[in-house]
Amino acid sequence: MTRRLLAALLFVPAAALAAAGQLDRAPIEPRDLVSLQAGARTFVNYCLNCHGAQYMRYNRLGDLGLTEAQIRDNLMFAADKVGETMNVAMTVKDGKAWFGVPPPDLSVIARARGADWLYTYLRTFYRDEKTPSGWNNKVFPNVAMPHALWKVQEDAANPVAYDRTVRDLVNFLVYLGEPAAQSRKSIGIVVLFVLGVLFVFAYAMKKAFWKDVR
Amino acid sequence: MASRLMALWEWFDARMPSVALEWRKHAAEYYAPKNFNFWYYFGVLSMLVLVIQIVSGIFLTMHYKPDAGLAFGSVEYIMRDVSGGWILRYIHSTGASAFFVVVYLHMFRALLYGSHREPRELIWIFGVLIYLTLMAEAFLGYLLPWGQMSYWGAQVIVNLFAVVPYIGPDLALWIRGDYVVSDATLNRFFALHVIAIPLVLLGLVVAHILALHDVGSNNPDGVEIKKTKDAHGRPVDGIAFHPYYTVKDTVGAVVFLAIFCVVMFFVPEMGGYFLEHNNFIPADPLKTPEHIAPLWYFTPYYSILRAVPPLFNSQFPGVLAMGIAVLILFLLPWLDRSPVKSIRYRGPYYKIALALFVVAFVILGYLGIESTTVWGQFAVTEGSLMDLILDTKDRATWVARVCTVLYFAFFVLMPWYTARDEVKPVPDRVTM
Repeated sequence: MTRRLLAALLFVPAAALAAAGQLDRAPIEPRDLVSLQAGARTFVNYCLNCHGAQYMRYNRLGDLGLTEAQIRDNLMFAADKVGETMNVAMTVKDGKAWFGVPPPDLSVIARARGADWLYTYLRTFYRDEKTPSGWNNKVFPNVAMPHALWKVQEDAANPVAYDRTVRDLVNFLVYLGEPAAQSRKSIGIVVLFVLGVLFVFAYAMKKAFWKDVR
Repeated sequence: MASRLMALWEWFDARMPSVALEWRKHAAEYYAPKNFNFWYYFGVLSMLVLVIQIVSGIFLTMHYKPDAGLAFGSVEYIMRDVSGGWILRYIHSTGASAFFVVVYLHMFRALLYGSHREPRELIWIFGVLIYLTLMAEAFLGYLLPWGQMSYWGAQVIVNLFAVVPYIGPDLALWIRGDYVVSDATLNRFFALHVIAIPLVLLGLVVAHILALHDVGSNNPDGVEIKKTKDAHGRPVDGIAFHPYYTVKDTVGAVVFLAIFCVVMFFVPEMGGYFLEHNNFIPADPLKTPEHIAPLWYFTPYYSILRAVPPLFNSQFPGVLAMGIAVLILFLLPWLDRSPVKSIRYRGPYYKIALALFVVAFVILGYLGIESTTVWGQFAVTEGSLMDLILDTKDRATWVARVCTVLYFAFFVLMPWYTARDEVKPVPDRVTM
């Protein structure tokens, strides 16, 4: 019952957005390392065959709590050295010939599109015999990309499980867009604290100097 | 130790006394009115942001590549591989918007208290020149990340020059260095952004401050403090810039930096207003984005451009209106005929005019971000009289037209309404 209700709840917005042009909110959690690691696995297995992330180095994935050995053994299929960037073998020319448009680099795709768009996009592929790939999409009509995750969606125990896979992937794409985002926030808190202390002294000094001004 | 340092200073002072002299002239013995309020922080904050931009910019140029093939990637390299690179980049991108925030507030201060009025017309003129130079600096710098918005924004703005009659197309070609925005454009914009314009900017800032220190600062009462002096020849209502305003401005700078850091560390994109989402897509000369909007600080003028209807299929009237909208600021000191300077002693006409001007400016700014269909269209029956009269049914365009008229009316009608305004008597001394 709960599952059907959940499925219905998940289906309704997906159906409604096509008309309203609205996006589902991506329930991502940038601090969830398990989710990020799962997303990285999906990314290298399903995305990195056609899309590169040419500004991202493999060893940077250490941010996700992985050792270099883990990265090398589980996530590196297309590079020799852990310091290399996440490139694909497919050339821009081939991509253009095969899909009509070269698959875009995904390094900063989450910053360009936003997490909600990606989350909705990856969950709204449908069969369409009229397109060359046999797939179409609700938020990106006539997209050149086929449903690369269709097998994952088909094998998923239920729609919620597939949503979770996409959630993890989008979580990873958001991380990929700005790997420094988490340290940015923690440094920010320290900086604001320092400025707060500085304010107390600066204000006391101003008061002391200005006490004679009337 | 202390005496050694004193001896060194005396040695230095004997050989170059102008350092101590200038320090006294511009800080220790520069008497500023004691009644500066909140609005008087933004001048010093503009200087602070200028320094922030120059320092962060120097470090960015160490890693950035002004090459159409490498520029976008080099920005991501700065964001990922350069130690502290993302801090530098966010300081600089937040600083660009912060610069306009403080400069707009600084200019508004002048409108409030009549800081542009006699004898401070030159300070105002240098200020408007700084504003113009800053616009050029921001526009040139925005091309450098080489994203879609960088590219198409530059394409649109350079094309504005192409509508100038007779010389337009050649002028645009000369600016671009190519028939479209290209590597040649990027290279020259980089040169202008990092060397030429900053030099002009620094020179103008020096002129702005020298002119200010020659006539002395205005204040929220618009009273000349030099009229009332004590036995030593110092203005009774003046206090030494150093230490009084150096310590006070330190407090303002710390508060400003805290706000700056909240943006920079927690919302560097500012919801797409400081860093546009589309600019994370590399520049593609073959793919025009559906919606090209300049960054928020240019949008009031962009709205004016779009609001003015074309004449004989030429966009020149719009471009002209946009240019005049900025250049008319130069005339402000002579358009204002009020016998008083400060809004505290002005009458209702000026207060209403200023309020309408601010509202119009903000609405124009908002509409410049959105597409012209943001507020829908007027429901007009086809073939009716209104259908023939209205060249566009977009509500937003008509609102922008009304706001454009209000914008210009503030300046054009100023000699009339300021001369007729009821004014209150101005006190001899400043009030605290």
